[in-house]
Amino acid sequence: MPIQVLMPALSPTMTEGNLAKWLKKEGDVIKSGDLIAEIETDKATMEFEAVEEGILGRILVPGGSQGVAVNQPIALMLAEGEDKAALDHLPAAVPAAAAPEKLTAAAAPAAPPPSSPAPAATAGGRIFATPLAKRIAKENGVDLRTVSGSGPHGRIVKADIEAASAAPSTALPAAAARPAPPAAPASGTYTEVPLTAMRKVIARRLTEAKQTVPHFYLTVDYKLDKLLALRSELNQRGDGVKLSVNDFIIRAVALGLRKVPAANASFSETAIRLYDEVDISVAVATPAGLLTPIIRHADQKGLAAISSEMKALAAKAKDGKLKPEEFQGGGFSISNLGMYGIKDFAAIINPPQGCILAVGAGEQRPVVIDGALAIATVMSCTLSVDHRVVDGAIGAEFLAALRGLIEDPLTMLL
Amino acid sequence: MSESPFDIVVIGSGPGGYVAAIRAAQLGLSAAVVERENLGGICLNWGCIPTKALLRSAEIYRYMQHAESYGLSAGAVGFDLGKIVARSRAVANQLSAGIKHLLKKNKVSLFDGSGSLNGPGKVKVVKDGKAVADLAASHIILATGARARSLPGLEADGKLVWTYRDALVPNTMPKRLLVVGSGAIGIEFASFFNALGSEVTVVEVLDRVLPVEDQEISALARKSFEKQGMKILTGASVSRLKKSAESVAVTVESGGKSQEIIVDRVILAVGIVGNIENIGLEGTKIKTDKTHVLVNPWLETGEPGVYAIGDLVGPPWLAHKASHEAIICVEKIKGLPHVHPLDLRNIPGCTYCHPQVASVGLTEKQAVELGFLVKVGHFPFIGNGKAIALGETEGMIKTVFDARTGELLGAHMIGAEVTELIQGFMVAKTLETTEVELIDSIFPHPTLSEMMHESVLDAYGRAIHF
Repeated sequence: MPIQVLMPALSPTMTEGNLAKWLKKEGDVIKSGDLIAEIETDKATMEFEAVEEGILGRILVPGGSQGVAVNQPIALMLAEGEDKAALDHLPAAVPAAAAPEKLTAAAAPAAPPPSSPAPAATAGGRIFATPLAKRIAKENGVDLRTVSGSGPHGRIVKADIEAASAAPSTALPAAAARPAPPAAPASGTYTEVPLTAMRKVIARRLTEAKQTVPHFYLTVDYKLDKLLALRSELNQRGDGVKLSVNDFIIRAVALGLRKVPAANASFSETAIRLYDEVDISVAVATPAGLLTPIIRHADQKGLAAISSEMKALAAKAKDGKLKPEEFQGGGFSISNLGMYGIKDFAAIINPPQGCILAVGAGEQRPVVIDGALAIATVMSCTLSVDHRVVDGAIGAEFLAALRGLIEDPLTMLL
Repeated sequence: MSESPFDIVVIGSGPGGYVAAIRAAQLGLSAAVVERENLGGICLNWGCIPTKALLRSAEIYRYMQHAESYGLSAGAVGFDLGKIVARSRAVANQLSAGIKHLLKKNKVSLFDGSGSLNGPGKVKVVKDGKAVADLAASHIILATGARARSLPGLEADGKLVWTYRDALVPNTMPKRLLVVGSGAIGIEFASFFNALGSEVTVVEVLDRVLPVEDQEISALARKSFEKQGMKILTGASVSRLKKSAESVAVTVESGGKSQEIIVDRVILAVGIVGNIENIGLEGTKIKTDKTHVLVNPWLETGEPGVYAIGDLVGPPWLAHKASHEAIICVEKIKGLPHVHPLDLRNIPGCTYCHPQVASVGLTEKQAVELGFLVKVGHFPFIGNGKAIALGETEGMIKTVFDARTGELLGAHMIGAEVTELIQGFMVAKTLETTEVELIDSIFPHPTLSEMMHESVLDAYGRAIHF
């Protein structure tokens, strides 16, 4: 069976790229590590290294193609000795939307592309700017992605950067005609904290998510007493394991997604991706901003493993030492503000994922049990759902599965 | 007599007017051109082109005189002024006929006569005192150009005192010639007649020749002209012309002193004035300043639907500036995106004297005065292999960079073929390259263009061959 060579994601922000050039032709023997193609990303042109060995059987996407989606099959490789006829058992060009794709973990969907306000100069993610514009932008700390170009074909030119930075490069007479920067507000003083690159990415991604993803919200209350009792029991066993409520929730969500796999999904323009693996992104607040390190294969990990991994990831996140693969990807997110006493909140979806679970504080509340008022420890959770990926009933089904696990936590240990 | 309305009517068919009409036609607009004299205007008929033809004769004559230094023998070298002029006229006529063909090919209607505004959206065409056409147009572009300026008391008579027009068709070789004005026009004629053996005196009111050029270039040019036998009087002005039958006594004032110079002919090259008369500006909202029509950056006059381009709207008086304004004007009328106003710092200027001079952008002095911290590079022709092989070792290429951003602020050249070299820096400037891209570019060897590279390298302390 020929192996599909998929369009690689060469940067965390890449969702599509240009296949600039094939460096191998059909029939060439490919060794692992051979450079087989040049891929243009939003950042640069990079060479694509072969992982698999074999013979380049068929090129599905010709050199010079623009806007090739990440993970779209771009070529077929034949294993050694495999008959060329095997190629014909596959459709010649596999459109990304044609069938649910089987993706490897390494090829998990990359983070969404940066979207900028008016990126006139971007085509296929590349920013067109003159060398002088680039240099002045760099000196003045202007992000080219935030500038719209007035040059030919929207190319960013020096004048655009000067307008954007409102800081003329030199004492030019033209500077006099430039509109003055907006005056400071008449009352009050403030400190301007320049946006870090990370802050800009967060701003862009969340704006994009909130503006483009059709969110809906499902809120439930889970009784937490049994889970807390189990946690207390496990934590008192004296083997050094200190489980948090969050560790239980990660485990419960992972098992819940196994039961309702339709919720472990993401949206792309051409297909809904149903993930084979359960990789859970867990929001961690850091001084620089929000990060979402990933517990991979969370459904296959016990509470202790999840707990220690989460502690390590959170520490790395706070130190800014996460590796890209530790926070890029994931199929489902959890954001827990319970430790701050937040009762209930609705989180913004972390695209392209389909769902995020916002977890509130476990608190004692009056509840009605068998017609009588009682006190129980209750935790409100709100699931934000991308309606394009997951419908209300599936969301509800998932929350019901989660209820079974959280309110009867022994099932989590099975 | 009344024609169906045009989208654009252009008055004048010089390098502004005919380019406007052709661009309009390319954009699907119906266009007409009104021309009272020669298609192609001054540029083709009485300016850029015929002077280049004359100067080419002068150049070859100079080579022939120096044949021996190339190991050649040419025998007795001479010239026939009439034939030189005839060739120049033939070149001009060939190009003017070419314009006719281009306009026809682009289906531009041509009207022979003097055009003038005749009420909103109307152009009247008059030939020999008779109205021959009334044109209606949504947009009217005035491209009537300019003519030689004359100073009070120093009017040209076409016999002893010439303008460029007379100097282009000389009936005699003046033994002694005085040129008033050392701009491009004056210096080109001075160079031509000097090459053919006239005793040439150039009078310039400013303190240097080619006063718009970088000061170093002006200084080198003066040195070279004087070496060739020209007499250069700067900071000087002509106060009086006393004409005799075949000579003129010219009174030249300089530093409070006056001297009288006797010459056979005088050429006046003291600038130009716009042709604003008889084009129907009266009664319109069009404003003028002296002899130029005032326009905004999109070449719009004060009168709705009326535009003006080229020499008519002011300096620099260059054909390529007029053509570029034509493009801007028409594309703006058409509503194309990404139309940009003319950038005066990005217009090259070329003077075809010997040695040639070409430049673009800011001079070193202008850059410093504008507050730039500059990096300046120089490279002399004597350091270039091709220049030595050509026997053209006189000259220099100078580049001025903004030290902070690496922007090429200006380039200034003097020497053989520099008028053909300057375009390389033009492309670089238009693309907004920095020194890095210029340094990284591979220039072919052996060429004069290597000096451009070396000059950039020199600005950054990296010249290889000097």
